[in-house]
Amino acid sequence: MTDATIQAARPPRSQWWDVWDQFKTHKGAMAGLIFFVFIIAAVYLGPFLWTIDPTYIDIRARNSGPSLAHPFGADQLGRDILARMLQGGQVSISVGLTAMLLSLVLGTFVGVLAGYWKRLDGLLMRLTDLFLALPLLPLLLVIIMLFRDPLRAMFGLETGIFILIVFVIGITSWMQTARIVRGDVLALKEREYVLAARSIGTPSRRVVLRHILPNIMSPIMVSATLGIANAIITESALSFLGLGFPPDYPTWGRLLFDAKDMIQQYPERVIWPGLAISLTVLAVNYIGDGLRDALDPRIRGR
Amino acid sequence: MLDETNSGNVLVEVRDLKMHFPIHAGVFKKRVGEVKAVDGISFDIFEGETLGLVGESGCGKSTAGRAILRLYDITEGSIKIDGVEIGPTPQPKLREMRPTMQMVFQDPQASLNPRMSVAAIIGEPLDEHTDFSKKEKREKVLGLMDAVGLNRDFANRYPHEFSGGQRQRIGIARALALNPKFIVCDEPIAALDVSIQAQVVNLLEDLQEEFGLTYLFISHDLSMVRHIADRVAVMYLGRVVELATREELFRAPKHPYTQALLSAVPEPDPSLEEKVERILLEGDVPSPSKPPKGCNFCTRCPQVMDICKEIDPTGKEIAAGHQVACHLYADT
Repeated sequence: MTDATIQAARPPRSQWWDVWDQFKTHKGAMAGLIFFVFIIAAVYLGPFLWTIDPTYIDIRARNSGPSLAHPFGADQLGRDILARMLQGGQVSISVGLTAMLLSLVLGTFVGVLAGYWKRLDGLLMRLTDLFLALPLLPLLLVIIMLFRDPLRAMFGLETGIFILIVFVIGITSWMQTARIVRGDVLALKEREYVLAARSIGTPSRRVVLRHILPNIMSPIMVSATLGIANAIITESALSFLGLGFPPDYPTWGRLLFDAKDMIQQYPERVIWPGLAISLTVLAVNYIGDGLRDALDPRIRGR
Repeated sequence: MLDETNSGNVLVEVRDLKMHFPIHAGVFKKRVGEVKAVDGISFDIFEGETLGLVGESGCGKSTAGRAILRLYDITEGSIKIDGVEIGPTPQPKLREMRPTMQMVFQDPQASLNPRMSVAAIIGEPLDEHTDFSKKEKREKVLGLMDAVGLNRDFANRYPHEFSGGQRQRIGIARALALNPKFIVCDEPIAALDVSIQAQVVNLLEDLQEEFGLTYLFISHDLSMVRHIADRVAVMYLGRVVELATREELFRAPKHPYTQALLSAVPEPDPSLEEKVERILLEGDVPSPSKPPKGCNFCTRCPQVMDICKEIDPTGKEIAAGHQVACHLYADT
């Protein structure tokens, strides 16, 4: 074999370019991606442009409607809603993403272990059942009561509560993912290509990484996108119960709940955070959809 | 076993191989029995030959093939490949032996990971067992693709873009990647249509010549086995009932089951077709979890004797290189 013949065959193109090419053809996913990037940019860069302090109380502007000084209006204490939306978005999106990642990693890990190694199956699935059977709200109450103050002391007020909330949401929402993943792994490990890999001498851990995980991408993607939505909403519920971030600290969920008492007089205060949550979740769903299609070579190129 | 065609060295030596799968039932998953998929088979495969393994569906052919490669943890018996005993070896230690023995699978669709490109599939054994640089690996993969007759441009494509025959070539290239000595072909042509079957079988023959491979060729297609195999073993319900050279077996089958099996092969010549006497077996194959007492074939054998229902026949060599497990030939 000479060098010329090797070069004659096309050099391997990175798979990620193919994935990106396919992703671009998915209109919904592109729209979702653009919107998501816009939201991220807005909540992280926006506060540099819109410099009103979200906790600044301008009592004369209280309950005012949209105006040039307050494009989204001001709340019952006269705080600027746009500034609060931007800062609330930072918290909600980062809580959503991190909690989703945590629950995904945990769920996939447990699911793969239980599905692939028969010895661990019974134990891990009973553990999953146990978590599913736990009454969520009392558990959250206890966890937050126990750990809020030590974590605040350790990481500071906001970081402490952020870690706590992400952790709490993460460890109470991994069970569905674990079950779905386990089911798929059980089916996949009987496939002949897994047998072929074993006949080559591939050790189990690499069989899982190379053959099992890429093939359970679709259900993982679906749980991931649903997980973000869930995490944002759970965080809102926690804030509402007074267990989340401190009351003056805005998150989308908190804004929603603060505004709900005056929904009849000022419906726009519910609409803004509600719209932000729904559109973010929708965008993430579409991105997940497009990514799932783009990662599957059978769909790619169609 | 002495025969002029088998003068080579024994590469694979299988003795009393048993593969029983436990059956669990009831609330407490108690072990209530076992499926005796492979129940004590013994044979040798000589270097450079092809041993055909035939039998009807469910007789344990594929299980035998996989057990010999130790894809299962075998129940009992000894397997020596290239002089190394691998019967009781635990799985992690088998890794070093894997390059010597490889497998070609039945369903080329299912045996290729749909998310890996052809180059990645063929290169997987190289990733596992060699420390080639990227360039060396690519060179080797392209060389293998040439050897099995695949266009080099296909290297970055995915399995779903290929036809069945091409996919099987990918599977064969993967099996060849580590220069194995022994390849188990588990019905490699059963999922292909007839015109492609011939191509794949011829490819296997060419590769055997080129690389000096030894095959265990599992099939239920007697005409294909007749074409490719040097010797043929006939299995029934987890046992080898007859083992002979190809000519001997097809000319003068001894075991009643082999006779029945061979009589079922269609005769292409219509004038001869009328003269062929079909031996039709009555009844069904007994369940491998409850094999009959005595000879496994005694429930369906047209020449059954009283002794068959009592004593299990053992393999007897009735001529040079011709083994039969049947009481009919007990005295000869």
